[in-house]
Amino acid sequence: MPMNKETGRKMSLIVRILDSDIWYSFTRSKVTMIAALITFLIFASALFAPIISPHNPFDLASLSLMDSLLPPAWSAEGDPNYLLGTDDQGRDVLSTILYGSRISLAVGLVSVAFAAVLGITLGLIAGYMGGRVDAIIMRIADVQLSFPAILIALLIAGTVNALADGMDRERSAFTVLIISIGLSFWVQYARTVRSSTLVERNKEYVQAARLIGLHPFLIMLRHVLPNVMGPVLVIATINLALAVITEATLSFLGVGIPGTQPSLGTMIRTGNDFLFSGEWWITLFPGAMLAILVLAVNLLGDWLRDALNPKLR
Amino acid sequence: MSKFGRFLAASALMGAFATSAMAEKSFDYAFQGSLKSLDPYTLRETFTLGILTNVYEGLIKRGPNLEILPGLADSWEVIEPTRWRFHLRKGVKFHNGNDFTAEDVVFSAERLNSEGSDMKGRVPSDATFEIVDDYTVDFILASPNPILHYEWELWSIIDKDWAETNDSVRVTSASDTAETPISMMANGTGPFKITEHTAGVNTKFEANENWWNWENREFNIDKVNFTSISADATRVAALLSGEMDMVYPVPTQDIKRINSSSTLAALTGPELRTIFLGMDQRRDELLNSSVKGKNPFKDIRVRQAFFHAINAEAISSRIMRKQAAPSALMISPFLFDNADQFERLAYDPDKAKALLTEAGYPDGFEIRIDCPNDRYVNDESICQAVAAMMAKVGIKVNVNAQPKAQYFAKILASGGYETSFYLLGWTPGSLDSHNIFANLYGCRDDAGKGGMFNIGGYCNPEVDALAKEILVENDAAKRLDLVTQAYKIVTDEVGYLPLHQQGLAWGVSKDVSVAQRADNVLRFEHITKN
Amino acid sequence: MLAFIIKRFVQSLVVMLVVGLIAFVMFRFVGDPVDQMVGLETSIEDRERLREVLGLNARLPMQYWNFISSAAQGDFGTSYQFKRPVADMLGDRLPATLELALVSAIFALCAGIPMGVFTALYKDSVLTKLFQAVSLVGISLPTFLIGILLIYVFSVQLQWLPSFGRGEVVDIAGWSTGLLTSSGLKALILPAITLGLFQMTLIMRLVRSEMMEILRSDFIKFARARGLTPRAVHFGHALKNTMIPVITITGLQLGSIIAFAIITETVFQWPGIGLMFLQAVQDVDVPIMAAYLLMIAFLFVFINLIVDILYVVVDPRIHIEKA
Repeated sequence: MPMNKETGRKMSLIVRILDSDIWYSFTRSKVTMIAALITFLIFASALFAPIISPHNPFDLASLSLMDSLLPPAWSAEGDPNYLLGTDDQGRDVLSTILYGSRISLAVGLVSVAFAAVLGITLGLIAGYMGGRVDAIIMRIADVQLSFPAILIALLIAGTVNALADGMDRERSAFTVLIISIGLSFWVQYARTVRSSTLVERNKEYVQAARLIGLHPFLIMLRHVLPNVMGPVLVIATINLALAVITEATLSFLGVGIPGTQPSLGTMIRTGNDFLFSGEWWITLFPGAMLAILVLAVNLLGDWLRDALNPKLR
Repeated sequence: MSKFGRFLAASALMGAFATSAMAEKSFDYAFQGSLKSLDPYTLRETFTLGILTNVYEGLIKRGPNLEILPGLADSWEVIEPTRWRFHLRKGVKFHNGNDFTAEDVVFSAERLNSEGSDMKGRVPSDATFEIVDDYTVDFILASPNPILHYEWELWSIIDKDWAETNDSVRVTSASDTAETPISMMANGTGPFKITEHTAGVNTKFEANENWWNWENREFNIDKVNFTSISADATRVAALLSGEMDMVYPVPTQDIKRINSSSTLAALTGPELRTIFLGMDQRRDELLNSSVKGKNPFKDIRVRQAFFHAINAEAISSRIMRKQAAPSALMISPFLFDNADQFERLAYDPDKAKALLTEAGYPDGFEIRIDCPNDRYVNDESICQAVAAMMAKVGIKVNVNAQPKAQYFAKILASGGYETSFYLLGWTPGSLDSHNIFANLYGCRDDAGKGGMFNIGGYCNPEVDALAKEILVENDAAKRLDLVTQAYKIVTDEVGYLPLHQQGLAWGVSKDVSVAQRADNVLRFEHITKN
Repeated sequence: MLAFIIKRFVQSLVVMLVVGLIAFVMFRFVGDPVDQMVGLETSIEDRERLREVLGLNARLPMQYWNFISSAAQGDFGTSYQFKRPVADMLGDRLPATLELALVSAIFALCAGIPMGVFTALYKDSVLTKLFQAVSLVGISLPTFLIGILLIYVFSVQLQWLPSFGRGEVVDIAGWSTGLLTSSGLKALILPAITLGLFQMTLIMRLVRSEMMEILRSDFIKFARARGLTPRAVHFGHALKNTMIPVITITGLQLGSIIAFAIITETVFQWPGIGLMFLQAVQDVDVPIMAAYLLMIAFLFVFINLIVDILYVVVDPRIHIEKA
């Protein structure tokens, strides 16, 4: 391997990711490569949904109730215009899946980012300040753990809707999801960062930084962050999968993205009602899409965890 | 479970062993909502009151077609316009063996209007009562009221002695710290007794062999088990798997599946509830709309345009899967004899566009519709479909669908009528048009004085005057004429956009026969099982 | 040691009080309780009177204080909807949830541990691939969909298992149990699998990675060198050492099992506290919501505290000051 282990320690995250060991383990695992390919495809199709999807399901004027509940194109009553059939409002299922995964991924990514930023910040503060501040933050973390996302979402949904009454339903629901999913995930980041910070805090370079007038907090940020990036990335990947699932679950409880601009979760929830009545395509296709997406992201997370864990290399 | 419930459960269990030799017929059914308190005066809600009328009875009764029949009162007469005389049925006993007499009626009437009761007004609060003899009681009213007894089927008569000995004279109130016995057990005169009640979960009933009409009973079941199943899919699954003899409501999309089974059938019929859209005609500027400084709904052309833009047939056939009847009026045709004189404005998007242009909105405008998502059959889907239809005439409708708790908190008087365009359903409790004119069309002020559920604030003093006449008119033909006149005015002015009467759908095993009433009340006394 | 426990306990209590206050503020926005307590046609005056009786017109800090001070004495108020003391209602419904949580935790352990051990020992077996695929399905589909699909297959199509409720329950000293009747046991199967699937996946993966790490450690190498049978090495040494983190995690997960039971209980109409809470949210039954949240928080903080204390007791390297 061309890279030298000595310099590797100080290298930035991106270079470390491309570190040969990891790259090697990536190319060795077929499952991981397939998972990465699928993830990439789903992200790309979500990103380019407006270009590649045959219809725009969010354009209400284009919907016709008379085209509702059509089965997939290959069955006898299917319409070639609608490859995977239509839902109860006459939306093309294929297009809605593409647009819907865009919303699901957006919810997942933004809420994970929110959780990571919040968790890293609080973890750094707790680890660095210690004492009472640390105790308070960690106790909040304890209590936080007892309130899973579903409870938080049920509570804040009403609050957000009431406070932001003029807001679109889509936007306020999005806010509710980000806050509640984000709030239920931050603890893991905070704990990881805190323990790493506790180790660094007493090292000499932090003391030295203080002597030359640099704010030690900034120093910590620069030195702690690279150390915890590996575990943080692993947590984030697995959280992304979990966030997409949680969004779907929340929509079952009625606090998800509303039906006019459905996410994958919303589609599954509405489709759920049609499961016994024989209109299986409304729920089965989005369900399959969701499962494939979550599976692929989880596999990537698994691989990342193993690859970054020196004990298992 | 309380000690009482546990005792009952234990005795019911022993009873089951003792009688298992005889072929017992038990009827298991599930409903979406749950039975919370057993006190028949704490919640004015059709399901709760309806299930309790199997245990308690009212002075009148309604048959399978909602026709008025004698109940605990054998007969009644209007002696003077303001004095009604009720002759009570003799030989009726409460479940505990007490005799039913005039005292119980007066006690119940007073309890009905007491603090904490949610049934106030079902007997006018200014009425007085005179006990003529043990089986005759007079109601003296302050003003004539031809429909005094219309809602009395769901007014349960309670045993005075029993209530007094069981600390249940006062109505169970939410601020009580200990439960009142009457919210946990029941003592009525009806054909069924409650043997076990787990609030919000399930309730078990047993036939009452001492019922006054036992010899002429229609039913042949010995036990009824009611379970609350709130999730639609689970409820349907419980029927499909054969665990239940009946479940309701059945989601519209599952009717076909149930009918395709060889052992099940979906019993469908029109319900009395009218689903409609309301428009804010009171504010000077609409909430959540792109139009500023004026209220387009004050212009009748805009209201007509909205009416023409909505394809109620498509909603009925697609969203409701034919389980709804498009309606021209705010009342079910079953409750108004001249309903056939009225027609919906035709579905005509071009005309709608023309009307909007004429009114000064050639490019349409933007508005939000508030909508419940767990209250009426397919409520959110209807709102979405309306939004898609309005989009075709240039009106951008943003759908704000919320759970009923948040929805009603906002749009009703307590929330300051915070909506400018909304979907609501209404069943006149008295099964009579006056209820519609008073509640939905009556002028109101900002606090809700007047037509309390006239959320859009439609107001026409002429209609109010007619409503007052309707209330006191004792002559049926004259009354019908007045009602028709009033409907003419409100439909011409497009005060509301009625959509349809939603359908009832009960999923029933072919082994049982039940009577489906248009008010969605299940009476056990009409159930037979093979 | 005692000082540490007391300090932790006080800290937790303060945080819980603050969380409770935030929750109380939020209840205001969930809806209007009065609208849900009366029929549609009830007059404005009657509604106003009810609001006064319930103390809803009092200022928020006052309402909160009233709640906390009576909760401290074990009185959680009266349910708006059921008109029954909330403490009684929780007592009635808790057995259903605890039984469900316990059985699904046992299911998760009994299925998760052997699968984890197997996949760690036989990395390239076909069965390992199968186990991993099945376990991933457990976390790739939302719980409610899994529940509905199970109902569809086992209740509707095969008609083997009930689709809702607890079956027959037997009352033993105030605890209603479904574990003693055959219909009660049958009714437990589908909900327990639905609820436990996620935990099973978690445990399987945890056991696998712990096991793989330990199998590489020196002490296992020594054990092998000492000539112990693979069986003794794997189960006597390796598995024993993975058990500590597994039990810790399972303990910590018990709280989230109870919280996640909300979904499972809704799908299967399981009459536990989760279903009661969800219906309370829909009906704006504030006393039930508040009591439920308080109970869940307490349970969780309590479990956390015990785990922390155990750590201190077991591992002298952890200094109390730092913890």
